[in-house]
Amino acid sequence: MMTRPPVLIPHASGTNRDLEAAQAVELAGGDPRIVHINSLRAGHVKWADHAAILLPGGFSYGDSLGAGARLALELRTWFGDELAVAVHKGRPILGICNGFQALVKSGLLSGPDRPEGRGITLTHNSNGRFECRWVTLGVEPSCRSGWLGEVSGLVVRCPVAHGEGRFVAADPGVIGTMSDAGLVAFRYLDAGALPVEPTGPAGGVHPANPNGSDADIAGICDATGAVVGMMPHPEDHIFDWQRPSGPPGGSGLPLFKAFVEAAR
Amino acid sequence: MALRIEVTAVGDPRGAGVVAAAELLGISGLSDCVVTRIYNVRGQLDVADVEMLCNELLADPVVDRWQLGASHPIGTPVEVALHPGVTDSDARELERAAAEIGLPPIEVATARRYDLIGDLTDEQIDHLVSGELGNATIEHWCRGVLEPEFAVSASADPTVDVIEMEGLDDEALVELSTARVLSLDLAEMKAIRAHFISEGRPPTDAELETLAQTWSEHCVHKTFRASIELRHHRADQTTTTSRHDGLLDALRRVTDELDPWWLRSAFVDDAGIVAFDDENDLAIKVETHNHPSALEPFGGANTGVGGVVRDVIGVSARPIACTDVLCFGPADLPSSELPAGVLHPRRIRDGVVAGISDYGNKLGLPTVNGSVIYSAGYTGNPLVYCGAIGMLPHGSHPTEARIGDRIISIGGRVGRDGIHGATFSSAGMDANTGDVVGTAVQVGDPITEKGCIEVVERARDKKLYNAITDCGAGGFSSSVGEMGEDLGAEVDLSGVVLKYPGLQPWEIWLSEAQERIVLAVPPANLEALAEICRQWDVELTDLGEFTGRHRLVVNHGQLNLVDIPMDFLHDGLPRRQMSGDWTDPTPHDGDRAEFDAPLLLRMLAHPDVASNDDIVHRYDHEVGGGTVVRPLVGPHADGPSDAAVIKPLGTSAHPIAAVVSNGICPRVGLLDPHAMALFAIDEAVRNLVAVGGDPDRVALLDNFCWGDPTKPDRLGGLVRAVEGCVDGAMAYAMPFISGKDSLFNEFDGHAIPGTLLISALGLIPDLNRAVTSAGCGVGDDVWLVGEQSEHLGGSLVNEMLDLGATIVPAPVTDPLPRYRAVHRAIIDGLVTSAHDCSEGGLAVSVAEMAIGSRHGFTVEVPTHSGDALSALSNESPGRLVLTAAPTDRESLASILGDGARLIGTVDGGSSLRLQAGDTSVELPLGDLVDAFTGRSR
Repeated sequence: MMTRPPVLIPHASGTNRDLEAAQAVELAGGDPRIVHINSLRAGHVKWADHAAILLPGGFSYGDSLGAGARLALELRTWFGDELAVAVHKGRPILGICNGFQALVKSGLLSGPDRPEGRGITLTHNSNGRFECRWVTLGVEPSCRSGWLGEVSGLVVRCPVAHGEGRFVAADPGVIGTMSDAGLVAFRYLDAGALPVEPTGPAGGVHPANPNGSDADIAGICDATGAVVGMMPHPEDHIFDWQRPSGPPGGSGLPLFKAFVEAAR
Repeated sequence: MALRIEVTAVGDPRGAGVVAAAELLGISGLSDCVVTRIYNVRGQLDVADVEMLCNELLADPVVDRWQLGASHPIGTPVEVALHPGVTDSDARELERAAAEIGLPPIEVATARRYDLIGDLTDEQIDHLVSGELGNATIEHWCRGVLEPEFAVSASADPTVDVIEMEGLDDEALVELSTARVLSLDLAEMKAIRAHFISEGRPPTDAELETLAQTWSEHCVHKTFRASIELRHHRADQTTTTSRHDGLLDALRRVTDELDPWWLRSAFVDDAGIVAFDDENDLAIKVETHNHPSALEPFGGANTGVGGVVRDVIGVSARPIACTDVLCFGPADLPSSELPAGVLHPRRIRDGVVAGISDYGNKLGLPTVNGSVIYSAGYTGNPLVYCGAIGMLPHGSHPTEARIGDRIISIGGRVGRDGIHGATFSSAGMDANTGDVVGTAVQVGDPITEKGCIEVVERARDKKLYNAITDCGAGGFSSSVGEMGEDLGAEVDLSGVVLKYPGLQPWEIWLSEAQERIVLAVPPANLEALAEICRQWDVELTDLGEFTGRHRLVVNHGQLNLVDIPMDFLHDGLPRRQMSGDWTDPTPHDGDRAEFDAPLLLRMLAHPDVASNDDIVHRYDHEVGGGTVVRPLVGPHADGPSDAAVIKPLGTSAHPIAAVVSNGICPRVGLLDPHAMALFAIDEAVRNLVAVGGDPDRVALLDNFCWGDPTKPDRLGGLVRAVEGCVDGAMAYAMPFISGKDSLFNEFDGHAIPGTLLISALGLIPDLNRAVTSAGCGVGDDVWLVGEQSEHLGGSLVNEMLDLGATIVPAPVTDPLPRYRAVHRAIIDGLVTSAHDCSEGGLAVSVAEMAIGSRHGFTVEVPTHSGDALSALSNESPGRLVLTAAPTDRESLASILGDGARLIGTVDGGSSLRLQAGDTSVELPLGDLVDAFTGRSR
């Protein structure tokens, strides 16, 4: 029997999709370990003892200072060294929703290097509201992430559930640079009518692009390709019965299998 | 001197939101609005500190711009800030985060600034601010720059006042009750006076408040325990008189009589409990939070969700889902018709939806089921029903505190917020209510409650406590008073962690500050509990102990606040003698009218029928990964769902899932509250059965929202509705396991329509067999289960066309066989889609199936003496529309028996064709979809 790589799922106060994330990791062959930030901070549990890190969704600290902002601060100030080591070693790191927001705001997923500083962010949805609905997204074929490359072109159907998921770049040049550098990991697709056969990019149009993200970007990776962040929730589509309607397909599980595989 | 930091987001969608809201208020001159966040900061910060604060914590480098001091106005600047004392969670969070990045200690007060750009009169600006941007119950505002007010720092020494009652005459006693918002009547005040005369001393302020809270309608359900004489005036001019000794007892007796094996706990605890699988039970509770939501919709609904979720935590369950049913005034009510002191129904709706969304989403609980009703009767007093479902291992919920157990509070800190909530909800409202009881309204803190969920689950699994309860209405007074009823308790409040100093002891004791759970913990387990709390960032206070001395003793250091025998506190309340009248309406069949295509489109566009997708998408209905049947169904996720199916996380070893549904039909109640109860039960049950739920595993919950029960015309209808519940529970063989009554739903002397919500919790044995209203295939047969009625009383079409019908359809006799048959057909896989007939009748039901599936339907039904309107839009209970493959026709017919008949086909065309007698109607699917979903947002 193959060993199950230990996957760290940090829990901050207000994290709430950690249990589903753990379920997806487990089903994908990993050994999920939900650990409170306080235990990591106290050193009771070590980041280094894990083969991969999954930052799950939720509302860490209530998102009072902006989604993921305080968790980002903690990742940077308390765990900067541990995370730098993990990135250096190429350990897969996946941030989903609030985890993605925290990765962006912590600087771990900051887009292309610019003299002016970080040029991308996740901000309020263009309709100003929290939005929960099923979307279709594709793994960008040109994405540089090694572990995502295993599922290049994969189409996933799963829900989004966020108020601040709109991916925005400081200027259009940033998007171009990111596309060219293979930093775009996921884009929202127009699912078209049933049967579910994506007909093309979402084209910025609601509801296929649920939040008004620039260039339909649903997720990105860093220059090493190990760190990946995404707004939608593939962990909520790992069983057939979770899908609202239509023919089989679009499971998020292959994504987690690639993630866990890369941790071996 | 405070530092003022302004942060503005580029392209902030909230500015456009203000412009849109202004238009809805009839203000067209606002061309744009810039929204600015303001942080007033006190502390020893140098320039580098301030830059760090702004760049690291306050402003996003891509979308935000920050500056110090007040920026030059772009339009008319208006600033809004919370009253001192109202929880400012952004400020508290910033203070904590600043400490984390190593800044000196700071104090923060936040505000919002709106630069209103355009051509506006002073009146329009005032209207916009009071009607949309600020809420005077919790906020204040001004033009220009608002002087910051930091957290309250009143520091009066703790004192205990005594209240002389001995010399007071009747009038003075009633006056005392009113002045202190005690909501006690004369008999109750006299009982209290007599008790303290026998004790040889006057009561303290805290004792009077404790008794008022414990004896409040909200906490003790005086009306539901009263002895009531009902005079039922019938249409034939006869009157029958009956006596009802305890409405609550009547409901409990049915449950005791039915007593199914899967019933774990009914009525005795914070929530009802039923068996789920071999290892786990499900807990459910539905509450109301009407008055707070009327005054401060966001906070009221927010804490409504928080409160009902705590009820589920209070039976040791981990919450897994939420529901909500909402009743508002008409969203398009002209401002000129809005009573003084009332927020506009649209604003109440938007605030309530935002409040539910905020709390449920942040707790990580999917909001999976609900409905919304609009009626002028709810304009002054909206209804906000919040439900929560949880799961717990069977036998894991301890319920007996023991002598010597510590009284432990975990969770939120105590502030002045929420004082008098229990007593305030036990009286009617008027234009001044907001000013008088502003402190009763609170804004919630879901992250603290989330911590309580995690701590209680772990403490339960380690068996660290002997009893647990939610700290809700009445605060510590209620939770400690109830937990210690059989033992007695001694409490010292001096160690309670406060949000800010200056609270008087009685305020600490009575505060209904949110997010607290009280536990009875053996001293030996205290450290283990404290360790779990530290782990999860949850604060813990040791309040005292359960004594065995049968008295409630409360101290604040050396000061004694309360010393009352438990038996007087809990049994000293005189039983109320009340009387009610119910008059049946004169029976009319109403005018006849045509059924035509425009009418069907109007019915689909009626706010009670039309899609609620704009609300549903604001609730996270997916978190937990267990949503099997969601609120919107079909390939385009725009068909209405009958009920929610939820698969709790961690139970994937078997295919059993939970089903949750609701039934509510206040239009019927205006004519016949007894029928309303039967119809609401039937609606909840048929919704549950429609998705695949097992009718032999259904538990019911009642929620009565009514007017002032001391007025006989209100109470009469309530008694009739309770009788209907009792009869319905027996007829359907489904026990009530929990319930709640919210009375005094009146504004300025006008009662709401008596409204009963029935919630149903059941099981589906195999989630893979769940069906929706949108799963049909082209060529399927269309079946109608159940009997039509020619009576339109209480129906949507009766109201829309003002027909004047007063005869309601007959209730279902012997409902179980039909629902068992439908269930069997669904579980056998014979049914491709199912949908119940409710508002709008068969026509709306079939139209909704066509909308959800995007398939054309052809349906034909016979009429009663040529009346197509009643044939297509009667709301007779007990009916479901099913679709099934023609190859399964015989097997389905043999299962469904005589109660079902073929009425048409899913014809694969692009229109809906309805035929009743000589009347035929054809409408393209696109028109149906537009009418159903095109409600102005």
